[in-house]
Amino acid sequence: MMLLETHGLTKAFGGLRAVEGVDHQVAAGSITGIIGPNGAGKTTFFNLISGALPPTSGRIVFEGEDVTRLPAHQMARRGLARTFQATTLFAEATAIENVLVGYRQQTKSGLWDALIRSGRLAREEREAHDAARVALDLVGLAGYADKLANSLTQEQQKRLAMALALVARPRLLLLDEPFAGINAEQSRGLIALIERIAAGGVTVCLIEHQMQAVMHLCQRIMVLDYGKKIAEGTPDEIRLDPAVLEAYLGHK
Amino acid sequence: MSSLKRFAPGVALAAGAGLPLLVPNEYYLQILTQGYVFAILACGLNVIVGFAGQLSLAHAGFFGIGAYTVALLATKAGVAFWLGLPAGIIVTAAFGHAIGSICLRSKGHYFSIFTLAVGLIIHIVIQKWESLTHGHVGVIGIPGPGSIGPIQFDSSIARSYLALAFLALTLVATARLLRSPVGRTLMAVRESEPLAAAVGLDVMAAKRLAFTVSAALAGLAGGLYAGFIGFLGPESSNVEVTFNSLLYVMVGGMGSLSGPVAGTFIVYGLSQVLQVLQEYQMVIFGLGLVLLILFMPTGLAGLIRSWSIRGRRS
Repeated sequence: MMLLETHGLTKAFGGLRAVEGVDHQVAAGSITGIIGPNGAGKTTFFNLISGALPPTSGRIVFEGEDVTRLPAHQMARRGLARTFQATTLFAEATAIENVLVGYRQQTKSGLWDALIRSGRLAREEREAHDAARVALDLVGLAGYADKLANSLTQEQQKRLAMALALVARPRLLLLDEPFAGINAEQSRGLIALIERIAAGGVTVCLIEHQMQAVMHLCQRIMVLDYGKKIAEGTPDEIRLDPAVLEAYLGHK
Repeated sequence: MSSLKRFAPGVALAAGAGLPLLVPNEYYLQILTQGYVFAILACGLNVIVGFAGQLSLAHAGFFGIGAYTVALLATKAGVAFWLGLPAGIIVTAAFGHAIGSICLRSKGHYFSIFTLAVGLIIHIVIQKWESLTHGHVGVIGIPGPGSIGPIQFDSSIARSYLALAFLALTLVATARLLRSPVGRTLMAVRESEPLAAAVGLDVMAAKRLAFTVSAALAGLAGGLYAGFIGFLGPESSNVEVTFNSLLYVMVGGMGSLSGPVAGTFIVYGLSQVLQVLQEYQMVIFGLGLVLLILFMPTGLAGLIRSWSIRGRRS
């Protein structure tokens, strides 16, 4: 079953077509990758399917429903989570506070609950803290709950960003360059984490430049160049695809 | 948690409770009461500026709406203060909600300029709508708070304690707000709107809530001001009121709970001491503000926080 489908997805910024007519499918339970040279439109593609940007034309279908033009927070509530390229966290908050924010969409307490300290608020806070502990544990940051996010290492921040995305139990997780800026050993740890996340039933779609990681992790890969899909297939097919070689290495 | 932080609320409360008794005369007692009222306004402004990170400059307008609602209900319809005050809060919150829904569509500096204009428009409407507000003449003879059971509020000292009680309530309410999931949502919006949206938070709804609460507290402060002073002119909604309370918030520390109260007492107290200098005190405040932004951008609360962090490390 397809978890996410795009049909002719297009985003134009003035005359520049950052994403043009992309048809893509993400199978439930898979790990898929999106690769392409810099400026190929990969992050724009993520911004479109996560609702951060409205598409110029085309359709997005998530779990069988048309979700084209839904704003980001509603996509998140439907089960689509993401991390950002430049690791984005709530820097001045502690690790657990970050993750608690990620769980907020699951809770209903509002202003009045806060002012009168309602039973619902207390119950939801317990739930949220439990879920946050589980998420921190999953990404290997159980001992760092009370550390400020900006005091963590780059790799720990990447793990925290994943905990933040995962705490609300999404069905699709988009990772934008999860391996950028960390060393090979840390990459191996992160690969294991992503495999563990996928094994837990979360469909993963990632943008990445580190080919080794992509080839190892992904069952299917889509290649974008100048906003267009130029190839799609298994890692082995992509490795030998002449269009891909040309996009990366240029004409003979 | 540092011992300083644990004892701070108790010490502050004791100081607040003792202060009205120590004040030498009636005049200073009124100044103190007004200080409490402006501290409530500053706490309200802090909700949108400090908690949610949106620099609103409309708050003199909301202060004016709250004040005039109480004043006009009392003088034109004979509504008692204790009914007028909640009405003032509700009316101001409603204005806050409606205005926030429009202004919050803009961001950053645009939002600030937009709200500055809205504040000015409210001020001008109050000034020019003579049939309702009596324009420059103002509203006179606004009845103060009536007695609750055996407790009477006719004396200045009783009013001072009443204002202090409202300030304490405001602090409790904002503390509960800040330390709740709602407060965390506002923190998330302040730190990164794209990330907040990506984790499923309705950024617009969160900002609008903060703006409404912030306006409601400004309305409370305005209503108390009208009832305590007994006279109300359009200068109560002057843009100066906005910038003064912004200064209180900045001196005390944006986003901290009690910082705005401390800031109010320092700056407002200083401005009373410097009364003799008349207009020239603005020169001192202007210079002070520049120095503050250069050397103490996180205000008093930020300074204390960094001291306590340094203390723990050494």
